[in-house]
Amino acid sequence: MAEKGGMNHSGAAGIRSRVSGGETVVELSGRLDGGSVGALWESALQAVSGDQQQVILDCGDVDYLDGSGAALMVMMRDAAQERGAYVRVRGLRDELLRVLEMTWACKRPKWDDREDDRRGLREMIGAKASIGVNDLLQSLSFAGEMIYIFYLCLRRPSTLRWKDVLLSCVRVGVDSMPIILLIGFLMGLILSFQSAVTLQRFGGEIFVPNMLGLVMFREMGPLVTCILLAARSGSAFAAEIGTMKVNEEVDALKTMGLSPARFLVSPKLIASVTMVPLMTLFFNFASLLGGLIVMLSLGYPSVTFTSRVFQNLQYGDFVGGMLKALVFSVLVAGVGCLRGLQTRSGASSVGDSTTSAVVSAIILIAFADGIFAVVYYYLGL
Amino acid sequence: MIMKDAPVIQVQNLTCAYDDFVVVRNVSFDVHAGEVFVILGGSGCGKSTVLKHIIGLYEPVEGSIMIHGRNMATATEAQRQEIMRDFGVMYQMGALFGSMSLLQNVMLPLEEFTDLPRQAREMVAMAKLAMVGLEQFAYNQPATLSGGMQKRAAIARAMALDPGILFLDEPSAGLDPVTSAELDELIRGLSRNLGITFVIVSHELASIYSIADRVIMLDRASKGLVAEGDPRLLRDRPGNEVVGRFFNRQPPQSAGRETCRVPVEEDA
Repeated sequence: MAEKGGMNHSGAAGIRSRVSGGETVVELSGRLDGGSVGALWESALQAVSGDQQQVILDCGDVDYLDGSGAALMVMMRDAAQERGAYVRVRGLRDELLRVLEMTWACKRPKWDDREDDRRGLREMIGAKASIGVNDLLQSLSFAGEMIYIFYLCLRRPSTLRWKDVLLSCVRVGVDSMPIILLIGFLMGLILSFQSAVTLQRFGGEIFVPNMLGLVMFREMGPLVTCILLAARSGSAFAAEIGTMKVNEEVDALKTMGLSPARFLVSPKLIASVTMVPLMTLFFNFASLLGGLIVMLSLGYPSVTFTSRVFQNLQYGDFVGGMLKALVFSVLVAGVGCLRGLQTRSGASSVGDSTTSAVVSAIILIAFADGIFAVVYYYLGL
Repeated sequence: MIMKDAPVIQVQNLTCAYDDFVVVRNVSFDVHAGEVFVILGGSGCGKSTVLKHIIGLYEPVEGSIMIHGRNMATATEAQRQEIMRDFGVMYQMGALFGSMSLLQNVMLPLEEFTDLPRQAREMVAMAKLAMVGLEQFAYNQPATLSGGMQKRAAIARAMALDPGILFLDEPSAGLDPVTSAELDELIRGLSRNLGITFVIVSHELASIYSIADRVIMLDRASKGLVAEGDPRLLRDRPGNEVVGRFFNRQPPQSAGRETCRVPVEEDA
């Protein structure tokens, strides 16, 4: 008779196994529940791993058994059966036997039969491509719908809910002023300071205002403002519309005969388009203020700063920057609302839409900026 | 011109599917003017799906749905709008607009589709809220109300334009028996006094017996229609096993846990 493992306090769960006459007898005892089976798991597996053809689970001393205890026994059975042994249960009280019967039919979970895993590489590429094409088609039809809605609004401005537009303007524009001014000021300050330090070595710090005005008005102003718009408002659009979609509010609008595009999207889009050029303007001036402080600290009078900025900055630079801001704002607000409308069901889906709204917006901004750079180059702007 | 006896809604050979997954196959039924018509069945049998197809949120894969003799799927946008103007929908969770008060919620369809002066709109909306017994909560936001109140407010909003048909998706789901009975009382009253046609999706037997003139029952296994008629008659003479089990609240034999004999050895 060989004894392996285990201990047996009264009431506490325990396991011990012995081999007698070609049989492995595993004696389980005590309270087999969620709190105790973890400690027994390894010794239980070891207990049934011998090469005897008969395994007997002796449960005469088991006081209590719940789902976890039953899982332990099912797992021992599976492990024994895998090596061709036969398992029987001995001495389990009747009511506990009922518990075991409820779970005895279950098998160990297998994770490898999920649909994704069965797909081949080609199928996966196909599936992803079809999702991509669908997304593109949806974006196109959404853009078309928005253009049509705008046309309708221009023809009959009374169809637009101006109260909602105003509310969106406050949330997109007015409420974002502090962060726009702060980031603008800091970027102007940091950019000027960094370049001044470098240029000072060549006595060229006087050129900092020239650089700052051009960079901010042409490039950084619209770019950073719209990235802030994506983070602050694009995500909010997606979350708001997405939650409405999940709560069936979008369906309610549809069955009332109200188009979600006109009702939910157009106020947000119009608010973004009108607010973003203003926000860009504030951003640009805040950045000039930052630059001014650097120049003042280097001992230049403020008139030198302003005259150098405006001597270098042309009207075309200003208009070009504003045009960029306008286009970026349409992209950001549009993709935010589109992602909101594409929300499926469930809270995680709203999260996905929000993430996707911000990511798509930033990618679109980057692409559009690239196109602008090429077009402006050829136009000589 | 709508004839009195012509069905208000005619569903013919309707097949509904999400992508490749067929939910119901080849279902036909009529709804007549003024009746309370209940679509019932167990969870996942496609009751709500059929409702969403009737109200035009999804297009059927096959078959046709006619409302007042006009096909939703082939109608022009203007015709669809006209058909939709004649029905109201109460969604499962109410689907009230969270940023608006109850009064604003009910006023919204009036603002969009009527040219009533502001005062008249407010009065009409208030009257609808009074009909469902919520006039003292008119200025509350939906989130501050209980589930039953939200559903009643949703019915008030669905009735804003005095529609001929009201669609209710699970009106008694998630409500206690008393609130649910109140809602049934409201539905009976609206049907009797205003002659509104009701199409209701439900699985609450108690509420079905008290409100329904006629029911159809859908079944998940056969993906089709398994019974049609008066619910009280169906309870007494179900005609087939699935219907009988549903009305008598019996689980099928194979349902629930699968038990299995554990090989037991007597003490040696």
